[in-house]
Amino acid sequence: MLRLPKFDYVAPPDLAGVLGVLSDRGEGARVIAGGTDLVPNLKRRQFEAAVLVSLHRVDSLRGVHGTHGSGLVIGALTPLDVIANHPHVQEHFRALSEAAGLVATPAIRTRATLAGNLLADTRCNYYDQTEPWRESLGWCMKAQGTICRVAPSSPRCLAVSSCDTAPALIALDARARLASPTGVREIALRELYRDDGIHYLDMARDEVLTEIALPPLGPTRSTYLKLRRRGSFDFPVLGVAARVSRAADGAVADARVVLTGIASRPVEIPEAAKLVGALPSDDAIAEVARAAEQRAKPLDNTDLTIVYRKRMARVYVARALRRCL
Amino acid sequence: MSQDLSVVGRPGPRVEGIAKVTGQFTFVDDLAVPGMLTAKILRSTAAHARIRSLDTSRALTHPGVKAVITGKDLPTCYGIMPTGEDEHALAQEKARYVGDAVAAVAAVDEETADEALKLIGIEYEPLPIHMDVASALLGPGEPIHETRRAANVHKAVALEFGDVDAGFAAADYTREDLFFYEGSTHLPLEEHGALAVPEGPDRVTLHSSTQNPHYVHRAVAKVLGLPEGHVRLVAVPVGGGFGGKCDPFPHEIVACKLALITGRPVKITLTREEVFYAHRGRHPVLMWLRGGYRRDGSMTALHFKTMLDGGAHASYGPAAIYYTGALQTVTYRIPAYRFQGLRVFTNKPPCGPKRGHATPQPRFALEVHLDKVAHDLNMDPAKLRLQNLSRPFTMTVNHLRITSNGLRECLETVLRASNYAAKRGRLPYGRGVGLAVSSYMSGAGLPIYWNDMDHSQVFVKADRGGGVTVYTGATEIGQGAHTVHAAIVAEVLGLQTGDITLVTADTAAAPVDLGSYSSRVTFMSGNAALAAARRLRAMIAEASAERLEAAPEELEFREGRVYARSRPDHGLTFREACGLAEARHGNVLASGSYRPPQLGGPYKGSGVGPSPAYSFSAAVIELRVDSETGQIHVERVWLAHDIGKAINPVLARGQVEGSVYMGLGEALMEESAYRKQLLKAPSMLDYKSPTMMEMPDVETFLIESTDPEGPFGAKEVGQGPLLPIAPALANAVYDAVGVRVDEVPITPAKLVKALQSLAAGKGGRVGPERLPGFSYPEPTRVEPPPESYGHPAAADGTDGGVAAHAGQ
Repeated sequence: MLRLPKFDYVAPPDLAGVLGVLSDRGEGARVIAGGTDLVPNLKRRQFEAAVLVSLHRVDSLRGVHGTHGSGLVIGALTPLDVIANHPHVQEHFRALSEAAGLVATPAIRTRATLAGNLLADTRCNYYDQTEPWRESLGWCMKAQGTICRVAPSSPRCLAVSSCDTAPALIALDARARLASPTGVREIALRELYRDDGIHYLDMARDEVLTEIALPPLGPTRSTYLKLRRRGSFDFPVLGVAARVSRAADGAVADARVVLTGIASRPVEIPEAAKLVGALPSDDAIAEVARAAEQRAKPLDNTDLTIVYRKRMARVYVARALRRCL
Repeated sequence: MSQDLSVVGRPGPRVEGIAKVTGQFTFVDDLAVPGMLTAKILRSTAAHARIRSLDTSRALTHPGVKAVITGKDLPTCYGIMPTGEDEHALAQEKARYVGDAVAAVAAVDEETADEALKLIGIEYEPLPIHMDVASALLGPGEPIHETRRAANVHKAVALEFGDVDAGFAAADYTREDLFFYEGSTHLPLEEHGALAVPEGPDRVTLHSSTQNPHYVHRAVAKVLGLPEGHVRLVAVPVGGGFGGKCDPFPHEIVACKLALITGRPVKITLTREEVFYAHRGRHPVLMWLRGGYRRDGSMTALHFKTMLDGGAHASYGPAAIYYTGALQTVTYRIPAYRFQGLRVFTNKPPCGPKRGHATPQPRFALEVHLDKVAHDLNMDPAKLRLQNLSRPFTMTVNHLRITSNGLRECLETVLRASNYAAKRGRLPYGRGVGLAVSSYMSGAGLPIYWNDMDHSQVFVKADRGGGVTVYTGATEIGQGAHTVHAAIVAEVLGLQTGDITLVTADTAAAPVDLGSYSSRVTFMSGNAALAAARRLRAMIAEASAERLEAAPEELEFREGRVYARSRPDHGLTFREACGLAEARHGNVLASGSYRPPQLGGPYKGSGVGPSPAYSFSAAVIELRVDSETGQIHVERVWLAHDIGKAINPVLARGQVEGSVYMGLGEALMEESAYRKQLLKAPSMLDYKSPTMMEMPDVETFLIESTDPEGPFGAKEVGQGPLLPIAPALANAVYDAVGVRVDEVPITPAKLVKALQSLAAGKGGRVGPERLPGFSYPEPTRVEPPPESYGHPAAADGTDGGVAAHAGQ
């Protein structure tokens, strides 16, 4: 079998302990939550870690708190399975429960955490390979090399943001709370992501994502649709989160469409705002869907073909918005 | 006879089932012995390259490393077929594909072996790389193998049975079609493994997860330069084979060599990625065919051309090339038939015998072609097939002997169960039904190396304690070989399967069986077990007759007792009878064997295709197509399979469902796709094989045609039911949305492209446009045999007495 490289492993009892190790061990330290993304990547030698700092003893980071009226706070270490099956999330933050319930497989979802999904490494089928495979093809800039194998003229890495929960949470206006040895900061979740396959997170090395806050949204429907070859296991090659909030008269008060699997970060479709202020119509939805197709620029580094994935952005956005009516 | 059976035909549990589901069962990677070393193989990162230098000195001095070997240590070539011995356990002067084995290390543990692999220095001189048939045929530069033929042509064959030109001249209508069937791999859950234990300086025992211990035994002894009697081969029951563990492999030979060098046991278990490089999977095949038909749909002639992308070695290729042409005639009466086949070498892991062995590809082409013909002739596709169906107890135009044949019953059963006639062409847009039929062999009629010996031998022993042990070379690969042997022997001796002990697939303990390939075990080893058990029963009956005051032939063996038919209340326990037998005979040991009858026509290449009996399948698939996304949702599969007689209907149904699953994988998504010289997705996650979420309900019908030569009338079920799945699915897609995707897998992207083509008035077809240029040899003309070979059951011209037991 593929063996893990050697590393130290610590599991401090509280967040302060975790932050302490991160600050002491510097570059070589990596946080591990469920490990379902990190461990296979380590086995394939995609990166190194001198020490893994486990969060599993930090119980304060688990759980779903709050209500629809006041907003929800979800601990970063909450398993995806819990989120997918949480009655309140299912009823009021549907896109999130659907997205969490479509990650990987049932067994993995009992282990994998919300933070682990939100911070999962970007994916590329030139990069998610063993060391001998990558050596045969030639190293890429994300690991050991200097050029991007997908588009050799690209100045940056084009690995793909492949987390299902991020677009759902961004569509629901989620905020992220981050802790570091110097304090705590809170940002809109969308600000966490950068369009760069290597530096895909706007997050310091000694920061830990601790919780996600969902604001109350009023009368709202949301959904998440996932394109992939099979009904289980697979990462999204396109994911579409949509949210439509309605005013008392039925007019659209707010609308969001966020895509994943087509760039190095989740991509918001600003044309969704055109739905606001009127009753939703087929024409208006079609216009947003066309805009999404324009903005989707998939590359040949995931499953399925580029032309197909781009075309499906239109189909999936239209279907997602219709499900929100 | 069947109402008298008490074990055969009943849905008993697997004999090793509880051990498997409780984790007691031992697979090869579970084996551990004192002093054991772990071996790892260094694999080529170049697809085609001369090895300019290979330096193992640093690896050899790495602490914990006990031996390092290279191609120099294993210079003898081997290969599964005598006509294709083009492999070496470790590359000699060049590597032929990414993943080719180059060197091997034995060390105290896996980490140390991994570290040592990185210390091996290797320099490659790149050679031209050929990744498909067209490129291989153009072949600039050094060929992949030196052959006597044109560059990279492994083999080209051409045969003609009857007068094909006359057949086409007599046709009212002809149609030509082109198809492509993508390559795919077996994806067994168990990675290949081997444990070699040295027994002194010149003897070794190899435990291996192989389907074919006999052929591996021969190859290992040959390469090690040892007498076969010095190599003991134990085939550990396999955790999934599907044809992927049929060849002798480098890791098996390397483990033995390292064990002999170090004097210590050596274990090697492939990684998942290495399993993809071991491969021997489905050949990618390009196909062209032309069929001639009369107005009533009856076929007058068929011309079939195939081009197989063989990968880097011959493997089973010399057989595979003929298999792409052999079995078309077993389902349909084709009066004149021309077949031309080509197999080329490419710089990819070698292709080989995946479930159905090079017959699913031509079956896909033929069954989709017939669907188009029916459409052109404005005929029901079912009626077109019925019009041309083969008959029981006849000879085909290419000299294949058909015995029992329940194809008509299979076809009529699925048509009825699926309500095909009411659905075809009548379901709403986006929904459709498709039909296909097929046939497969119950074991190859000829062994892989020519000889006149038995294909299967079985010993059965009884002892004074009433214990019965079956010794067979047959290998359990999950298909139920153990349970089938136990059932056959238990039936004859009046026992239950749980009363039988099995010693299997150990060359030191069991006689020869050629292996778990070509769906041969139930038919061939089952017949040998039946013969052995009957002889054993006769020995026990002879010894019991006096005590029971009856003639031996009057004795019944039932429910653990032996008694005279006329006095059922007066009897012996089986244990008592065994005691009498041991007192009379000494050893109560009987042997049985099986060798197929002389089969095959008077031509070169006739060794591929003959079988003592053929199974038949028919399938209807109903599905939904999302015309916006091209996604296919298979709703239901009806599959009827002529199994002759189900020894165990639960196991049989499992084989049918497993075949449907694997067939759907090939039809919908599986592909051995490459990126430059590399397999694009050599992992369980990225090589897409269906999950439970894609698996539809399957309605299985076992049709029992009672073959005159099979044990209790049984025929094969392990491979045949895969064959109609891909074409039935393609035909259902056409019925649903009116487009033709003439290649598998039928991906959503291809379907969207075909739908766009239809909407633009451009025909609505996606598929290959032409065959690469190649001059096939002129066909050898062979006279067809008379259709009847004089079997009494065929005399009345009916389809024989077939009892259909449907819908269990």
